[in-house]
Amino acid sequence: MRSRQKKIGRILSSIYSYLVYLFLYLPIFIIILFSFNTSERNIVFEGFTFEWYLKLFDNGVLLNAYGNTLFVGFISTVIATVIGTLASYGMSKYKFKGKGIIDILLYIPVVIPEIVLGISLLAIFNLSNIPMGLTSLIIAHATFSIPFVVFTVNARLAGFDRSVEEAAMDLGAGRIKTFFTVTLPIILPGVISGAFLAFTLSVDDIIISFFTTGPGSNTFPLKVMELTKTGVAPDVYALTTIVFIVTVAVTFITQRDKKKPIKG
Amino acid sequence: MEERKAIVEIKNVNKIFGENHVVHDLDLTIYKGEFLTMLGPSGCGKTTILRMIGGFEEPTGGQILVEGERVEDKEPFERNVNTVFQSYALFPHMNIWNNVAYGLKMKKVKKEEISRQVAEMLQLVRLNGFEKRYPSQLSGGQKQRVAIARALINRPKVLLLDEPLGALDLKLRKEMQLELKNLQKKLGITFVYVTHDQEEALTMSDRIAVMNQGYLDQLDTPERVYEKPATKFVADFIGESNIFEATISHMTGDTASIGLEVGNALCLLEKGVSYSLSEMVYACVRPEKVLFSAGEAEGFNIKGVVKEQIYVGNIIKSNIIIANGQMVILSRLDIDEVPKVGEAVNIYWNPDDVVLMKSRGYQIHHVIENASLGGD
Ligand SMILES: Nc1ncnc2c1ncn2[C@@H]1O[C@H](COP(=O)(O)OP(=O)(O)O)[C@@H](O)[C@H]1O
Ligand SMILES: [Mg+2]
Repeated sequence: MRSRQKKIGRILSSIYSYLVYLFLYLPIFIIILFSFNTSERNIVFEGFTFEWYLKLFDNGVLLNAYGNTLFVGFISTVIATVIGTLASYGMSKYKFKGKGIIDILLYIPVVIPEIVLGISLLAIFNLSNIPMGLTSLIIAHATFSIPFVVFTVNARLAGFDRSVEEAAMDLGAGRIKTFFTVTLPIILPGVISGAFLAFTLSVDDIIISFFTTGPGSNTFPLKVMELTKTGVAPDVYALTTIVFIVTVAVTFITQRDKKKPIKG
Repeated sequence: MEERKAIVEIKNVNKIFGENHVVHDLDLTIYKGEFLTMLGPSGCGKTTILRMIGGFEEPTGGQILVEGERVEDKEPFERNVNTVFQSYALFPHMNIWNNVAYGLKMKKVKKEEISRQVAEMLQLVRLNGFEKRYPSQLSGGQKQRVAIARALINRPKVLLLDEPLGALDLKLRKEMQLELKNLQKKLGITFVYVTHDQEEALTMSDRIAVMNQGYLDQLDTPERVYEKPATKFVADFIGESNIFEATISHMTGDTASIGLEVGNALCLLEKGVSYSLSEMVYACVRPEKVLFSAGEAEGFNIKGVVKEQIYVGNIIKSNIIIANGQMVILSRLDIDEVPKVGEAVNIYWNPDDVVLMKSRGYQIHHVIENASLGGD
């Protein structure tokens, strides 16, 4: 009897899991489905077509917005990763007065409403005559990404044994050599996670981008927002589908790497 | 006597961390090719001294010279010493070959030369075949050997080793002690070895520096550290000792009669040390030097009762309680004559088997060190 109850319990819990996943992924599958729909109105599926994918390549505005998103994402990620990694390393290595406050200050940009950060950045760009456009977007994205990079690198540095740096110096490496041959390779997983996070945040961002972009430099999310005001065309679905598939592929590749035994 | 060449000279070095005075007025000369051990309980400042020689801590005051050159302001990578760290500190992201090759790569040695030397080093520490493995795939003893190979490949003038065998189990530790000692003899490199294990220090070292809360209590050969401890601390820390508090009641020539709480005893005065009548001293007698008899020996009247006996291997230890309640340990081989449990005995010893120690101060070791420099 007990074993039968157990069996039922197991079946119920797996049904439950499937339901959760269904709810998570159903909307995405609907988008993918309708990206192949012959009908322009997304109410019923009328037939299969690649038309929207082909059309997408003619939609210069949308592609351009996506290009902007990737460009801003890439450059701001590089900037945020370098600055965030060095900041994390410096703060963990050197003890100085007011360190506790600095640590707390780092959380503020993460928890304050994005709209506050967006308006503040806008004010600064206006004051400092930084041209509104890709430059201001990159600076803004790098700014809100830095704390996340610092957090992920901090986590990695927490378990870092400083004596390996001393060993490197003992064996004749200068400080910079030591950082690049020993420290960086060891904290690299944290740096990479931080970079992924920064990139994801940048590509996703709407609110801060809304305030800090300039004429003619829309990002993909901003453009899609604009288009939805007049109803979403299936070519947006097509692009969304491509983005989804690329993201899934990247995630699978990186997760598989993580599962490999960690050396050391 | 061959003149020994100093390789590391530590002159009046102090180290203070905030409020914590960790190393006090340290004077220590380390000679070329010797195996010098710094021995002391955990927290007495051994690692700090090693780190000052290696360049990872700066002395608060004093000088450190390596081969006659002052190094206090030099970076670790500018000093011709290498360190085997307490936690091994192997590079987790490099395989064994790259770990060992690291020092030569930093010196921009030619590739073929690196290959040759790494192979030679791995051979030396018996780790050939492990080139491609990562540190996480090695046992403690193997990691230890990689750490040694990685340091030795740079041909340092001095190798600093911080409790290198601390993490190993007893059997492996004994094996590695021999291996290390042989390696040191073979290569002729000066070893400065840190341990809190007195047995390890006694078996491996040419000289031992016994540290006590940041003070150097004694610097001497293992035999002399054991036979002639300079302070009560050393007597207590190294081997088993019976230590009696006493006052000098009478001196004739080089022999003194001392008054213990429970009776009188004789002992030899240390050479080169001046004593005064009624001075407080500690008399230290090793358990194997304690003698017993039914009647009183001349100059002695310490009486006690055998309370219990403990067998340790082929040694019998008799615990004898004397009048003031102090326990005196007497140890004998099981083939020797031993007193019976419950028997009343008189305790005495050979006056020259006693070590007399001044009750205060650490200064005495300087005198003894000078008096014993002839040995080797
Ligand atoms: N970087 C440091 N800052 C403050 N105190 C330290 C530091 N390093 C060591 N100490 C203190 O110095 C004393 C001696 O430490 P250490 O040299 O590691 O002793 P040992 O190696 O003999 O166990 C300890 O009380 C320790 O707390
Ligand atoms: Mg230590």
